[in-house]
Amino acid sequence: MKITRDDVLRVAQLAHLDLSPDEIEMYRGQLDEILTYIGKLEQLDVSNVEPMSQVLPRAGSDIANPSLQQDTELRDDVVGPCNIADAVLAQAPDASKPFFRVPKVIER
Amino acid sequence: MNLTSKWTISTIREALVTKQMSSRELTKDFYSRIERENPKLNAFLALSPERAYLQADRVDAAIARGEALSPLAGVLIAIKDVLSSTGIPTTCGSKILQNYTPPYDATAVARLESAGAVILGKTNCDEFAMGSSNENSAYGPVRNPVALNRVPGGSSGGSAAVVAAGLAVAALGTDTGGSIRQPGACCGIPALMPTYGRVSRYGLIAFASSLDRIGPLTTNVIDLAAILSVMAGYDPNDATSVSASVPDYASEARMPLPALRIGVPDEYFGDGLDPEVRSKIEAGIALLEKLGCRRVPLRMPHTDYAIATYYIVATAEASSNLARYDGVRYGLRVPGATLTEMYRKTREQGFGPEVKRRIMLGTYALSAGYYDAYYLRAQKVRALIARDFTEGFAKVDAIVTPTAPTPAFKLGERTADPLQMYLADIYTVTGSLAGIPGISVPCGKTKANLPVGLQIFAPHFAESRILQIAHSFEAAGGSSV
Repeated sequence: MKITRDDVLRVAQLAHLDLSPDEIEMYRGQLDEILTYIGKLEQLDVSNVEPMSQVLPRAGSDIANPSLQQDTELRDDVVGPCNIADAVLAQAPDASKPFFRVPKVIER
Repeated sequence: MNLTSKWTISTIREALVTKQMSSRELTKDFYSRIERENPKLNAFLALSPERAYLQADRVDAAIARGEALSPLAGVLIAIKDVLSSTGIPTTCGSKILQNYTPPYDATAVARLESAGAVILGKTNCDEFAMGSSNENSAYGPVRNPVALNRVPGGSSGGSAAVVAAGLAVAALGTDTGGSIRQPGACCGIPALMPTYGRVSRYGLIAFASSLDRIGPLTTNVIDLAAILSVMAGYDPNDATSVSASVPDYASEARMPLPALRIGVPDEYFGDGLDPEVRSKIEAGIALLEKLGCRRVPLRMPHTDYAIATYYIVATAEASSNLARYDGVRYGLRVPGATLTEMYRKTREQGFGPEVKRRIMLGTYALSAGYYDAYYLRAQKVRALIARDFTEGFAKVDAIVTPTAPTPAFKLGERTADPLQMYLADIYTVTGSLAGIPGISVPCGKTKANLPVGLQIFAPHFAESRILQIAHSFEAAGGSSV
């Protein structure tokens, strides 16, 4: 694994991070070292393994303690009260009720 | 530091019932102790005396009316600063949320308070719960009350420190890769990570949603059990919480220990394990055998891949979860000429180095062309790690390992080397990835008087079993093996 300066800049742009030149060099070295370590996952043959897409085994699946398994609940899809706009806007760095104000996004 | 505190859930109850002390007096006592001792530890980020005294007065009024006491009446509890609490600043140990005060309570916090608990305040932690030493907090590191030049572990370092120092009867922590169990081990107190879905995550500010859990740190195992019974159970506000019935864990923990098969996996006793920790864990296992358990050797062949897997899965989820901090709706905003410039400046100034490192690692692993090689592969290896446990639990009732490879290390010792720091979680991340419950219970001390933690894993929803083992172990003198 060789992480380049361009890789760091590409990732920083995707993640909306405005890195300083020192940070770019530091993270290049550290990400390179960490990803080299993570490269050990390539030692395993995973061609016949299903990726884990849910933390808890589904009810009835083949696991050690089936009596204790529960599926997660699906709640009824009903409208509930949600009268919190004022409390939410009170936390905003710049609010103009009922909006959050931001720098101009769309040029006309 | 003077670490003795006689206060537990049951001694608090006794003091209130016999009218030896009121809840208000107890609360006042704890705040004066906090005022005296916390400057040495830096373990609290915010105190909430108004809310605490209001609750204490409610408890005292209920006693005056002759009502039965609720399960946690008057119990002084501290909350890790990643859990939302109405009206109390909640920073996640980050500058990006420096002035944030949530408009609602996390379900876990609300349930504790409904059961009579008095919330003392919010505890310091690694920024967004990312770290193993508490040195990644934007508000300075926490010191370990057992040895002030050492780290308390992380990321729930403040929670572990306040309980170990007697500044709270209990504390809530959160555990994504070891962040409850490892600080519990470092500070010499019991600490529990429940099964994924057992405790609602509503109001827990997300780090890695498929791994994050909420759990207690206390001075004794029965208190862990009592707090779990209050917090556990389905919550319509967290679709991943489950409706499995909630037992009286404290009663179950007190049941006599049956002759259990205890699995000891070779892979947890490899090269990185400190020899003194190894010998204490061996002594702990011998004590469990003396209590009637049978030691069964076990192989868990994918253990060595757990850290690599974890640092892909957890950072990928973090890069997504932390995208919300953009200076628009809450927290820090650094002005910029354009929206993008505002995002970039806000995140650059608001996040600390470890958080940025993990956001970049996760963003890289999810980016076009790398997803299959990193994220997808990691989720496959995660399935193999979970399968190691499933196969193990077909042969044994519980699995016993060290909680951490070393005792608490010195402040500053590992900050320059992120990968070395990540290896502190080598024995805890496996259970995190598998979604099973795990507990750390004190298991003797090294020659330098540093606590060692014994970790016990059991299958999903078998919290009663690990609490029962840990309680028997503690009652048989496990903390001084």
